[in-house]
Amino acid sequence: MDSRFQFLLVGTLAALLQAPDVHAADPKDLELEPLVVREPERRDVKVDEIDTEDFEIGAYSGVLDVDNFGSNAVYGLRGAYHITEDFFIEGVYGRSKLGETSFEKLSGNVQLLSNDDRNFSYYNLGFAYNILPGESFIGRKYAFRGGLYVLAGAGSSDFAGDQRFTISGGFGYRLAATDWLALRVDVRDYVFQSDLLGSNETYNNIELTGGLTIFF
Amino acid sequence: MTGRKGMTATLIRTALMLAALLTSAPVFAELFAKYQPEVVVSDPYIDLHTGPGRGYPIFYVAAQGDRITILKAQTDWYKVRTPRGKEGWVNVEQMTSTLDLDGQAIEFPTYGVSEFGKRRWTFGFGAGDFDGARILSTDLSFAFTPNISADFVVSQVLGDYSDGYMGTVSIVMTPWPEWRVSPFFEIGTGILQVNPQTTIVQSHDETNEIAHAGIGADIYLSKRFVFRAQYKRHTVFTTRDENEEIDEWTAGFSFFL
Repeated sequence: MDSRFQFLLVGTLAALLQAPDVHAADPKDLELEPLVVREPERRDVKVDEIDTEDFEIGAYSGVLDVDNFGSNAVYGLRGAYHITEDFFIEGVYGRSKLGETSFEKLSGNVQLLSNDDRNFSYYNLGFAYNILPGESFIGRKYAFRGGLYVLAGAGSSDFAGDQRFTISGGFGYRLAATDWLALRVDVRDYVFQSDLLGSNETYNNIELTGGLTIFF
Repeated sequence: MTGRKGMTATLIRTALMLAALLTSAPVFAELFAKYQPEVVVSDPYIDLHTGPGRGYPIFYVAAQGDRITILKAQTDWYKVRTPRGKEGWVNVEQMTSTLDLDGQAIEFPTYGVSEFGKRRWTFGFGAGDFDGARILSTDLSFAFTPNISADFVVSQVLGDYSDGYMGTVSIVMTPWPEWRVSPFFEIGTGILQVNPQTTIVQSHDETNEIAHAGIGADIYLSKRFVFRAQYKRHTVFTTRDENEEIDEWTAGFSFFL
């Protein structure tokens, strides 16, 4: 009985002592540490992150001739989005000051408008189409991208204290100095109706401006 | 005096040095670094134009296997640089047949009627008739799903006796967004502000809440262009005994992203 117990005890002890060795012999542990595998760097081309230059913003100044109110300086801002190579949409906002009508000049003291009402401003939103894109050359060495465009739009004019529905049409020339900088010359006619001088009349207001724009 | 002058000079010099240091720092270089990936030409050749348009002359041809760097994009054109340092513009149609450096095809955005069906952002403007007055409006809409979108509209009303502004928010249902002529239905609410013309005596501005129901159609034109025509019936909740009903008819152009 005793010896059997002793045998069991020794056996268990031996088994226990052996255990680490058995564990060490586990084939799993004999496997080599996995090698450090270098994943090839992903070289996906993220088209969305490519720098696009579809927006154009700029400032302009020039002369605006308001029917009956003479030619005056005009200053404005413009913003455009180029949808395709042919079309772009453009919004403009400009300010000018109305001069005196010939009636006011001749009659001496009569003032048709208060000083505040002489502030003229407009906004217009429209489409433009590049009709004659091309290159212009200066001498032998330099070629610049440029082109003629026609535009039409609608908006509102703040004329003599009232908002008038205004349509516009015109054309312009853009000369790209670099990819991101362009020179622009625009001729536009802003047309609205007003009954300021008695009867309802159509006012044609021709504007000639020059300006700089940047693409981003 | 000299001390102060000396100090100012030192200050300016320090500021200049600091500025020079800052601008040359790699942080700044990284900030202004542009993403310019390299791609491989897989077609027999691609054409490089002098400008971003089909009319600009082709001045160079990059051959199959050439690694070209994409510098920037303008509308449907990509400006690229060839291994020989030539820089020119390539149309998106030719770019779609280039591969990335792992030989995988690259997805360049193209626009067609299938993209029209999946339009998410739409921006447009239009003009029309608002109860006898003229109306000009710009709208921005966002599609939560192809069928449901939110539309924000800001309008200016220009009449003979009064003018005003209107702002509305609507929910638009587009049952068949993939149709070339895609009808839609909408309901919305907003405010309408009316200012009588200065020539009218004893007038005052009036701002009222409005609600409307509308129907219209988006007609796909080409590329990213859409023509939109719609009718809305507004109910103006006035302070008077009766509410006013106003019909609005507009048409305009929009484009989608």
